[in-house]
Amino acid sequence: MSAELTAVLGVGQTKYSATRGDVSIAGLCREAACRALEDAHLGWKEIDAVVIGTAPDFFEGVMMPELYLAEALGAVGKPILRVHTAGSVGGSTALVAASLIQSRVHEKVLTIGFEKQSESNATWALSLPQPFSVSINAGAGGYFSPIIRQYMSRSGAPELIGCMVAFKDRQHALKNPYAHLHQNDLTFEEVVDSPMLWNPIRYSETCPSSDGACAMVLGNEVSGDRAENPVAWVHGTAMRSESNNFPGRDEVNPLASRQCAADVFRQAGITNPLKEIDAVEIYVPFSWYEPMWLESLGFAEIDHGWRMVEDGTTSLSGGKLPVNCSGGVLSSNPIGASGMIRFAEAALQVRGMAGDHQVDGAKKSFGHAYGGGAQYFSMWIVGAEKP
Amino acid sequence: MTDPNSPPASLSEDVKIPESISGLEPVRSVRSPIKLVYDFVPSPPVQEYLRSYSKKKILGHRSPVDGAVFVPPRGVDPRHGVLIEESVELSDRGHVGNFCVTHLPIPGRDDLDIPYVSAWIHLDGANVGFLGLVAGCENDEVHIGMRVQAVWKKEEELGNTAENILYWKPTGEPSVPVEKAGNRAWDQPNE
Repeated sequence: MSAELTAVLGVGQTKYSATRGDVSIAGLCREAACRALEDAHLGWKEIDAVVIGTAPDFFEGVMMPELYLAEALGAVGKPILRVHTAGSVGGSTALVAASLIQSRVHEKVLTIGFEKQSESNATWALSLPQPFSVSINAGAGGYFSPIIRQYMSRSGAPELIGCMVAFKDRQHALKNPYAHLHQNDLTFEEVVDSPMLWNPIRYSETCPSSDGACAMVLGNEVSGDRAENPVAWVHGTAMRSESNNFPGRDEVNPLASRQCAADVFRQAGITNPLKEIDAVEIYVPFSWYEPMWLESLGFAEIDHGWRMVEDGTTSLSGGKLPVNCSGGVLSSNPIGASGMIRFAEAALQVRGMAGDHQVDGAKKSFGHAYGGGAQYFSMWIVGAEKP
Repeated sequence: MTDPNSPPASLSEDVKIPESISGLEPVRSVRSPIKLVYDFVPSPPVQEYLRSYSKKKILGHRSPVDGAVFVPPRGVDPRHGVLIEESVELSDRGHVGNFCVTHLPIPGRDDLDIPYVSAWIHLDGANVGFLGLVAGCENDEVHIGMRVQAVWKKEEELGNTAENILYWKPTGEPSVPVEKAGNRAWDQPNE
């Protein structure tokens, strides 16, 4: 028996910002959930189950948020699940929700990813001392900087490619009213002149710390057919993982990433991603990860991804493969939501509802998230038409 | 498109604050630091590893499947899910597989002057790297493949800890080629 066709019926986001001091975590999630329900023209009673995801408990110090959030998210008397796969969690949360529809367990599922970074300190929550090694790593940037250095070394990419990605994504963000960073007067020179934090990563090439939540309502084929607004149909879903340190590991292009991409493209019947995908939302918390993932995912040849940045292929302004039209993680990073934002923005593109950052006539789009030490991967492909 | 700054319609009703607290300044946040103190009981291989540091020795574990050497030893080859029992003593020399020049201070490491170099150190005879501080040269002299050697604490200060190695300094030997540096030197048969 084949899987039930699954559709994105509604998307809801909060305005991403450094501090949402006016709401609790529950209030933040409820805001995104209400918007997703309004977009789907559904009420709380019509939801069968709720699937939420957020970053490690250490970040905000809220243990088991699924217990605390059940009432605010209308989950009393219904199943509520919490998913956890580090930074990729927003993506894998959406995929767990989708699997509840695909398996015909439920007909309509609400899924939410969230983070309130203003109530946490993610960098130091990721730098906990371990008794058997020296305490020397400074947060995610400290971990990813050597991998970026390795990519630069092996690809021979010009030094300012990362700055070009950062500048491009901040330009895209100006077209997205939900984006955290709206730097109207930012110049490329300012991006380049920004201080080094984790050489070769500049401050301007890192993601901000954001508060925010993103929600989606997913439904089965009948719900998709009956929806008032356009829906996005799920064409493929895949997740993979691997250890972060083993002999022969390719840290720049992890095996799990390649396997995950191969699986999701096979499900969607896509053999030439660059030609067949119209819009891409990939998880780029540090600028250089745009060319690195374009290569790993098969949109570019190995060691040539940076050329797509340099020649403007990935820009919304006339590029052949616009990447992160929303401004991406580099412009908004509520960590637990960031993956789901990628998936939701991919859905908005094929629904034709992305507003000023819409890719004209987008029919198929790609959503991506990764987490841990580039260990967890989740991906989906959504289309305007049924698969 | 809806205005992202105004609440969704279903949440737009005004919140009624009870009269008893209506005139007070709202509490926006409460800072509550969390500290967790715990006893770490190392597994037998890690105990052996940490004890050997007090004799200025670094131990690894060799996989019975393909001979790959892991450091620190954990008693298993996680790739194949098999136990490892064979310890090997490793050199305190190796190369920089990769590195980061960090410009941020780390809590609890007030002794580190920024910027400092944290590097993946790949010991001779080991097939994975571990993190270490590189010093004894200018930061911009550090490069992928640079040969380094451990600088140990004085004998009387040695304990059962990886912190016995103060930092890694350049040896001046010819560098390892970039394509052979770090984890990349190991062929991956399960591709």
